[in-house]
Amino acid sequence: MADKTLDAKGMNCPLPILKAKKALKDVPTDGTLEILATDPGSVADFEAFCRQTGNELMEHSEDGGIYRFLIKKSA
Amino acid sequence: MSAEEKSMSIIVTKGSLDWAYPPFILATTAAAMGLPVTMFFTFYGLPLLLKDLKLQLTAAGNPAMKMPMMGAHMGLPNLLTAVPGVDAACTKMMKNLMSKKGVAPIEELRELAVEAEVRLIACQMTMDLFEYTLDDMIEGPELGGAATYIEVATQSDINLFI
Repeated sequence: MADKTLDAKGMNCPLPILKAKKALKDVPTDGTLEILATDPGSVADFEAFCRQTGNELMEHSEDGGIYRFLIKKSA
Repeated sequence: MSAEEKSMSIIVTKGSLDWAYPPFILATTAAAMGLPVTMFFTFYGLPLLLKDLKLQLTAAGNPAMKMPMMGAHMGLPNLLTAVPGVDAACTKMMKNLMSKKGVAPIEELRELAVEAEVRLIACQMTMDLFEYTLDDMIEGPELGGAATYIEVATQSDINLFI
């Protein structure tokens, strides 16, 4: 179970990333944030976001148009 | 975070509803990805700092503007854009489309930029030219001129002119 879940469904770029960044502030180091989004562009965006910020994208999947991401917060 | 932290600056020169998006999306996303960002608002970009945003759109002279309507992409002939009320209707249609598609309003993106500590600079010369004061603007922007921007640019890895 993720420490926090962000529902970004229905949000378009750049909101999923911006809201995720905000939500990560409330997640302890090594904690996880789960994000649900419907924006197909968010797949590449979250990968880039994690690469750039050093957070780890642990899982990502898609189910019926809903994308799920699990990010682990590094220091 | 990597030791070689990149930074970004953006000169914002346009203030219509459509042109307001690229600078704010890029600035907020870069800030979310850890880059220090500076936005320098000049000429028609300056009104993007007004407390009361009344962003407009026009289809005039916008040959690439083809909106999804009734299953196709349709543009408006320039002549029709001169008809009173047409630009306002286009603006309304665009806003409705954005709302429907979950695109953030500029007010929200701007608030996120301020929260993310994006440095906002209002071009002093443009403020004088168009007779704006800091009271007209949201909280946060500093005043600066070209030299202020140039200094920021020399220290930024990414410099964009929008």
